[in-house]
Amino acid sequence: MLSRTANHLYWMARYIERAENMARILDVTANMALVQSESMSEADLWQPALEISGNVEHFEAHYKELTASNVIHYLAMDPENPSSIYSALQSARENARSVRVAMTSETWENINSLWLEFGQFEGKNLAQEGLREFCDWVKARSHLFRGVSFGTMLRDDAFQFLRLGTFIERADNTARLLDVKYHLLLPNQEEVGGGVDYYEWSALLRSVSAFQAYQKIYNDTIVPWRVAELLVLRKDMPRSLHACFDEITVILKGLTTARHVECKRIAGEINASLLYGRMDHIFQNGLHEFLTEFIDRNCHLGQEIQATFLNIYAA
Amino acid sequence: MASQVKSFFDEMYTSETDVRALYANYANWLKNVPPEQLESKRKEAELLFRRVGITFNVYGEDAGTERLIPFDVIPRLLSGKEWQVLSKGAIQRVRALNMFLEDIYHGREIIKAGIVSEEILKHDQYRPEMFGVDVPAGIYAHIAGIDIVRTGENQFYVLEDNLRTPSGVSYMLEDRKMMMRLFPELFRRYAIAPVEHYPQVLKDNLRAVAQKGVKDPTVVLLTPGAYNSAYFEHAFLAQQMGVELVEGQDLFVRNNAVYMRTTDGPKRVDVIYRRLDDDYIDPLAFNPDSMLGVPGLFSVYRNGGVTLANAVGTGVADDKSTYIRVPEMIKFYLGEAPILENVPTYELTKSDDLAYVLAHLAELVVKEVQGSGGYGMLVGPAASQKEIADFRDRILADPSNYIAQPTLALSTCPTLVEKGIAPRHVDLRPFVLSGETVTLVPGALCRVAMREGSLVVNSSQGGGTKDTWVLQDHDEEAIC
Repeated sequence: MLSRTANHLYWMARYIERAENMARILDVTANMALVQSESMSEADLWQPALEISGNVEHFEAHYKELTASNVIHYLAMDPENPSSIYSALQSARENARSVRVAMTSETWENINSLWLEFGQFEGKNLAQEGLREFCDWVKARSHLFRGVSFGTMLRDDAFQFLRLGTFIERADNTARLLDVKYHLLLPNQEEVGGGVDYYEWSALLRSVSAFQAYQKIYNDTIVPWRVAELLVLRKDMPRSLHACFDEITVILKGLTTARHVECKRIAGEINASLLYGRMDHIFQNGLHEFLTEFIDRNCHLGQEIQATFLNIYAA
Repeated sequence: MASQVKSFFDEMYTSETDVRALYANYANWLKNVPPEQLESKRKEAELLFRRVGITFNVYGEDAGTERLIPFDVIPRLLSGKEWQVLSKGAIQRVRALNMFLEDIYHGREIIKAGIVSEEILKHDQYRPEMFGVDVPAGIYAHIAGIDIVRTGENQFYVLEDNLRTPSGVSYMLEDRKMMMRLFPELFRRYAIAPVEHYPQVLKDNLRAVAQKGVKDPTVVLLTPGAYNSAYFEHAFLAQQMGVELVEGQDLFVRNNAVYMRTTDGPKRVDVIYRRLDDDYIDPLAFNPDSMLGVPGLFSVYRNGGVTLANAVGTGVADDKSTYIRVPEMIKFYLGEAPILENVPTYELTKSDDLAYVLAHLAELVVKEVQGSGGYGMLVGPAASQKEIADFRDRILADPSNYIAQPTLALSTCPTLVEKGIAPRHVDLRPFVLSGETVTLVPGALCRVAMREGSLVVNSSQGGGTKDTWVLQDHDEEAIC
């Protein structure tokens, strides 16, 4: 298939996934605000949301104050923020429009109507009302996108690149989310495994749809290292790093092209560390260090995919 | 409801109350449909078009916005007999035009015969680079859109031949799909000739014009990109044909061949259905500023390494100064009498014609010889005094750049507008496909001027579209 086409499909899927993750973060943070104790200020509460998106400096340059209202607007609707839900969905649609031929008409129409429907939220003050509804809508549209592409597209390379985008992005998002939350909730290394705020941890789990899974698997109170295990090592947890890399490894194998030796090697290496890794070792060396390294390696894989398949010039 | 200006031929009605036999069945049905229902069908169509993204991009004001082309729910009907005449006439024209193009880039017999003047070789759209180049099967205009207007029962005129990158066929196909969805009951009442096989015919033709010896030719559709006004159509056709939709940046030239960049490395391309004007296809050969084309493409083309459809240089046959000569071309190349007539045309290089035109600007339509899309034209009866005065200056500055025609009494067809059903002017663009055979599917793009009294049907000027039904007459031979 055309490299440019693969590129658009890959990024379309990444942007949809990014929008979904942003919606999850907003939703959970807003929810936490409802049960917050007085020990945490509005800024304390919303700062992590900014950090996960990696855009604190950009935010500070554009907004005077770190308030709920500002952060919500910045992350949901601000066209100046390249990671806002608005920007992500717009980019997804632009990418889709450039290669509408490469997907089924159902998939294209789904993304096009997503963008048309987005219009109903524009100009609304989500911090005031409707944030919950908005986040639900973004998540639902993302589910719908995955469903319609999974349910209708031919299993050719176009489909593989689209799926690849989804999981590379998801792995990145889960790692960032866990890293920032872990950091904030456990400022000191010694406190690992110590007393934690139940609401904080359950919120983190809910943000990745893992609350019920946690209960089912561990059937116990929420302790941080298990949360980390669930989101890093459990292959049966669909948003965990391991689950993402199981998918990525299979997708790369499924590509018909033979040009992907290095991509496969990098993915295999990362996957092995998740398959054979043990939580106590990871904690010994520091979860933060592990996650930072993971984010870098995942990013490196993304670059290798980009260079191998997506921008081939001269060839 | 059926009020109409007497002087215009109406496709459906012969008077306030009388309906042509062709439409009798439809009019009966229409009579029983409440206006609200028709309006709700129109809205449904709009919603569906919006969702599917059947939009076009607007240049100039509001640049970057995507607009819908208004779709009218009332179809235009043609009898099998009428269609026979139109289709034979259009095929005849395209055959002659292809022969003309082959001739003008080779022996130039038509100049020697004194039918076309040598002046043509100075034309912008004449490509000296194409002289002596043999194109596969001698076909230049693989896809031609012939604009036809009607002024009376049996009075059809060809207004224009579009031989460069004619567009609109996707609307012919999408309008049909929409009508079948909105009004399935009508398709049971009438035997309507199908048009859905157009992409298949086009693909077969494109594969047939690959260079000799290529076994399983790879066809691609070259688009200027997602911001082009006709991008939807490019995507649509590529999808329907199952070929790659490529941009210039996806292609490159090596060793006298064209390749596309794929995830699996370079892949050879044999036939390019290009929806990009000559000027933009190759910055090395033509406009050096073009970012849309493929450097070196033209040289490969000239050496027979790839086929372009349409060929380079077809513009010389579809500008308005060549148009005048088409009836004579038909006699010259085919030895046949033209089946379809030209609109009488004044040539402003002739002093008599020029004087007449300047004295009658308010009655005439004046067009730029190389203009298209309804831009840069004067519709005398609709123009203000100032517009006429301005246009006079432009004509006097360069008379050879213009031609003039009488304002044709374009036929009207009942159309759903804000205040109900009212007559609006229409034209017709069937698409003629040339490959191993010259054919067209039984249907056409019908454009309608949505504004009352307007004669300009171009979508860039607010025109809409209608589905065109060619009815299969039982007592006639099958329609091609």
